[in-house]
Amino acid sequence: MHGIVGYGAYIPRNRIKVEEIAKVWGADAPSYKKGLMLEEKSVPSPDQDTITMSVEASKNALRRAKINPADIGAVYVGSESHPYAVKPSGTVLAEAIGATPDVHTADLEFACKAGTEGLFLVLGLVKAGEIKYGLAVGADTSQGAPGDALEYSAAAGAAAFIVGKENVLAETIETYSYTTDMPDFWRREYQYYPRHGGRFTGEPAYFKHIIGAAKGLMAKAKIKPIDLNYVIFHQPNGKFPLRVGEILGFRKEQILPGWLVSKLGNTYSGSSPLGLTATLDISKPGDMIMIVSYGSGAGSDGFIFKVTRRIQEARDLAPKTRDFLDKNKNYLEYGVYAKFRGKIRKAE
Amino acid sequence: MPTPSRAWREFPQRYRLEAGKCKKCGAVSFPPRLVCPVCGWREFTKTKLAENGKVLTYTIIRVPPHQFADQAPYAVAIVELSDGVKVTGQVVDCDFDKIKIGLRVKFEFRKMYSEGEAGVIYYGYKFVPA
Ligand SMILES: [Zn+2]
Repeated sequence: MHGIVGYGAYIPRNRIKVEEIAKVWGADAPSYKKGLMLEEKSVPSPDQDTITMSVEASKNALRRAKINPADIGAVYVGSESHPYAVKPSGTVLAEAIGATPDVHTADLEFACKAGTEGLFLVLGLVKAGEIKYGLAVGADTSQGAPGDALEYSAAAGAAAFIVGKENVLAETIETYSYTTDMPDFWRREYQYYPRHGGRFTGEPAYFKHIIGAAKGLMAKAKIKPIDLNYVIFHQPNGKFPLRVGEILGFRKEQILPGWLVSKLGNTYSGSSPLGLTATLDISKPGDMIMIVSYGSGAGSDGFIFKVTRRIQEARDLAPKTRDFLDKNKNYLEYGVYAKFRGKIRKAE
Repeated sequence: MPTPSRAWREFPQRYRLEAGKCKKCGAVSFPPRLVCPVCGWREFTKTKLAENGKVLTYTIIRVPPHQFADQAPYAVAIVELSDGVKVTGQVVDCDFDKIKIGLRVKFEFRKMYSEGEAGVIYYGYKFVPA
């Protein structure tokens, strides 16, 4: 048996409400709230980035895994906001948790699915017996251009998973990936903000890839929607994951435990992985969970896990994802948010 | 501003609170030292400090060293960790009127400062309310 032996989340405590952003740009807040099902989003403090959140989420995963960090043989950080253009995030993370030097490390990028890419890789390495444990992190401090629709959703958060063969809390049943070439969202070198294809990001991009991956995955595993207790789909806004779930034949109750986006925003590489951590927080032994990510460009990674008895003792060993989301929040005005996110031009 | 090489030597203590424990008398030094300040011994084992503690005293820095200019005003505290070791660090994500002597705090990994837009980014421990 191989699968998840520890998982951890991290969400910064700052929030900004949709109304506060809409006020500045003269936009209609109710239409964003209703149309995209977004209420507020997380904002990193000025001293937080993809690396710092990856470290916090990974330490929470270590608390649940109860393993020696020196036994981790691979550390992969998936993000589209790595702090350096050249110099890995993964080395800082591996050093901070005490996994160096006997470890393989790489940074991954694939828009919003870079986090599940790492999970895909470590599951394969562990299954093959190449490493004892692998750590996969999805983290982002994403930026939307001021006034752009993305500014209402681009948020910050991280989720980490430690994969191994012993003391598994969620067994891997099946994995599957679905990939095509698709120019729906991109950011060129030296450009600060990403560009997107507007409505083109919906039907042929998000929906086609998630539906393709979910159907392919369920067929490969010989599983029907009714066999699954919970499902998590990438959450660029509130509406898309509910709609794609409906198309695939899932009920809202299967989706809502991992549906964090209305209060969190889109945490990009952390989005569906954070949904998985929130779902594991409330799951019972025997539950079947499916997660399907989506990364523009474009592709979807799908996984089906079966929760084991170990979830009962493991889940309380670190803070729950909903506690990060709902407790100890600090609401920002747009001016402070703009300062925190480096959107204000200062003297050199 | 420290050079990358000096900062690099401090990664174990700044990233994961690694201290030196005297092999002769057991005294814990943080940051690690070459000579035990208690007994003068020169051999140490590595030990990791606790990540929870309480504020012993604190101050608000309003005129900071230049590499911290963007962060001012900020709070710096002496924190007594639950293993009894006292360390100095920033207390962040906490309004100044909430910081009190005795406040329970915990370790969080944060950016310390960076050498402008093009230089190295330095990471390390800060404290947040527990
Ligand atoms: Zn001594």
